[in-house]
Amino acid sequence: MINGNLKATYAADERVLNNSYKQAFVYGTMLALAFFAAFANEYMILIACKMGILLIAVVGVNILTGYTGLVSLGHGAFVALGAYTVTMLDNGLTGIIPNQFMFFVVVPIAIAVTALIGVLVGLPSLRVKGLYLAVATLAANFIVIFLIEQDAFAPWTGGVVGIDTPDANLLGWVLDTNREMFILISVVAFTSLLAAQNLIRTRVGRAFIAIRDRDYSAEILGISLLRYKLTSFALSAAYCGLAGAMFAFFYSRILPEQFELDLSLELVAALIVGGMGRTMGPVFGVMVIVMMPEVIKVFAAYFTGGDAASARYISPLQEIAFGLLLVFFLLKEPLGINHITDRILRAANRWPFARG
Amino acid sequence: MLKIEDLHLSFGGIKALQGISFEAKPGEITGVIGPNGAGKTSLFNAISGFYKPDRGKVYFEGRDITDLSPDKRAELGLARTFQNIALFRGMTVLDNIKLGGHTRLKTNVWQALRYFGKAQKEELELRRDIEERVIDFLEIDHIRKYPITMLPYGLQKRVELGRALAMQPKVLMLDEPVAGMNREETADMARFILDVQEQFGTTILLVEHDMHMVMDICSHIVVLNFGQQIASGTPAEVSGNEDVIEAYLGAAA
Ligand SMILES: Nc1ncnc2c1ncn2[C@@H]1O[C@H](COP(=O)(O)OP(=O)(O)O)[C@@H](O)[C@H]1O
Ligand SMILES: [Mg+2]
Repeated sequence: MINGNLKATYAADERVLNNSYKQAFVYGTMLALAFFAAFANEYMILIACKMGILLIAVVGVNILTGYTGLVSLGHGAFVALGAYTVTMLDNGLTGIIPNQFMFFVVVPIAIAVTALIGVLVGLPSLRVKGLYLAVATLAANFIVIFLIEQDAFAPWTGGVVGIDTPDANLLGWVLDTNREMFILISVVAFTSLLAAQNLIRTRVGRAFIAIRDRDYSAEILGISLLRYKLTSFALSAAYCGLAGAMFAFFYSRILPEQFELDLSLELVAALIVGGMGRTMGPVFGVMVIVMMPEVIKVFAAYFTGGDAASARYISPLQEIAFGLLLVFFLLKEPLGINHITDRILRAANRWPFARG
Repeated sequence: MLKIEDLHLSFGGIKALQGISFEAKPGEITGVIGPNGAGKTSLFNAISGFYKPDRGKVYFEGRDITDLSPDKRAELGLARTFQNIALFRGMTVLDNIKLGGHTRLKTNVWQALRYFGKAQKEELELRRDIEERVIDFLEIDHIRKYPITMLPYGLQKRVELGRALAMQPKVLMLDEPVAGMNREETADMARFILDVQEQFGTTILLVEHDMHMVMDICSHIVVLNFGQQIASGTPAEVSGNEDVIEAYLGAAA
């Protein structure tokens, strides 16, 4: 008998936190985040904010790639669209909408805009799969960045040199420090994760997984490939748009080059490392992807004694490590960190009985 | 209930179906038999909407569905299983069967993201319905949380039937439901098929290789050979038919 898994009602069985480990983990994490917000130093807050923003986007990519089985190498574009929509709207609407309500107007619009563009970018998925779809989405990424950089649009987008971004203002509370932004980002990231989990355990999410696993079988169950593939694209784009909005509020300035292929690849890489099609996959993946360059920086500083001349090796080192990490996971642990934690949990569950 | 009219289908040079016409009567079990390569699976694929026939019509409850996509046909109440099991292998038995309830649920994306409220209510109703009407019925309580990959072949076939039943279909199409099964599993499956007909009044269209089973449970039989319909009628009529004996002996020889 696996302890803690007996259920008296269907409702208890259908819960997200359906065993005591999961409950302890989630409530523990919430507590830890609260302590973190209060006591962590500036540097740790900065890293955590980066993770939170990336997490929101990766949760979105997980819906599309992990659950629906559609590969995208262009989701950096949606983060850009979210960030730029928020910034441009905030600039355009200043004076028209009171500042304390601005957030609640521009963020939903940014989400809606990215969702809509997501549908457009998703159209090729109705005809092509795999590599061809990846290339089509890649093209979307290039086009969006190209448009943002155009001189003709520079008065609104800032062009190649970027544009200053607004601070988030929640009903008069101006989030002008990283610590305040950390609170907002954690709440948004947590909610995003929970919403994605809700999606996956209901009708819509099951349809996504069905399409991923066997699309013709999904069709004979009445699942419209057209509708659900586009829905998946819209949703994942909306998540990335939301991440982009947080990005704009967090940094004081945004540049088009921050949203190029690098970012799109980082989103997919985080998913591979963490575990595709798993709730906690994005969380683990983002932690590793954001922490790794920092760890390398710290180690490099330690070994060189902070020698400025050797600092130029850090960036290539980080990139090599990124590549090696991906290769390692693709070859050795293709199901990601989530699969490793599964094994540990399973062993813990059976303890002190035989290993399994 | 389900009416096929002069169906023609070809793949390049191969004429897979040449003028098939029959009707599956409401609440009855209709069998389609024929040697390997006769076109039985192609017929099913044309009925469920994967192949577009070159000529001919498919009617469902009197409505022409020849041009509808597979998912639209499913919504109308047409369910099927596949000759080589087409379950979702990454999912548990329960999730596979829940997918059968897809068209009956109405939760939209927004409600699904929030879960509490409409989505939760619907999901729990679905769970209860599936437990009572499918899982108990097919006697698969003990495996509901198992991943598909852990199940023996015979049980997988039963789960696939369960997924189709979860659709509460009006017409159920089964493509070789007992192929590869031992005698005991075959008897179990035959009993479940008869129970479905009896308890739910479902119209059943059955493709089968196993002549004995077809003769036992079908009230009407259509015989295909090389894409042609060589006979149709009651089991007694069909088994006495010269062409049918010829086709089967010919295939065996
Ligand atoms: N997708 C396809 N493409 C080409 N030929 C096909 C296809 N599906 C079936 N056929 C051909 O159609 C004929 C009938 O096949 P099928 O319907 O599978 O027969 P059965 O199910 O009665 O064994 C066979 O000659 C087969 O090779
Ligand atoms: Mg066949």
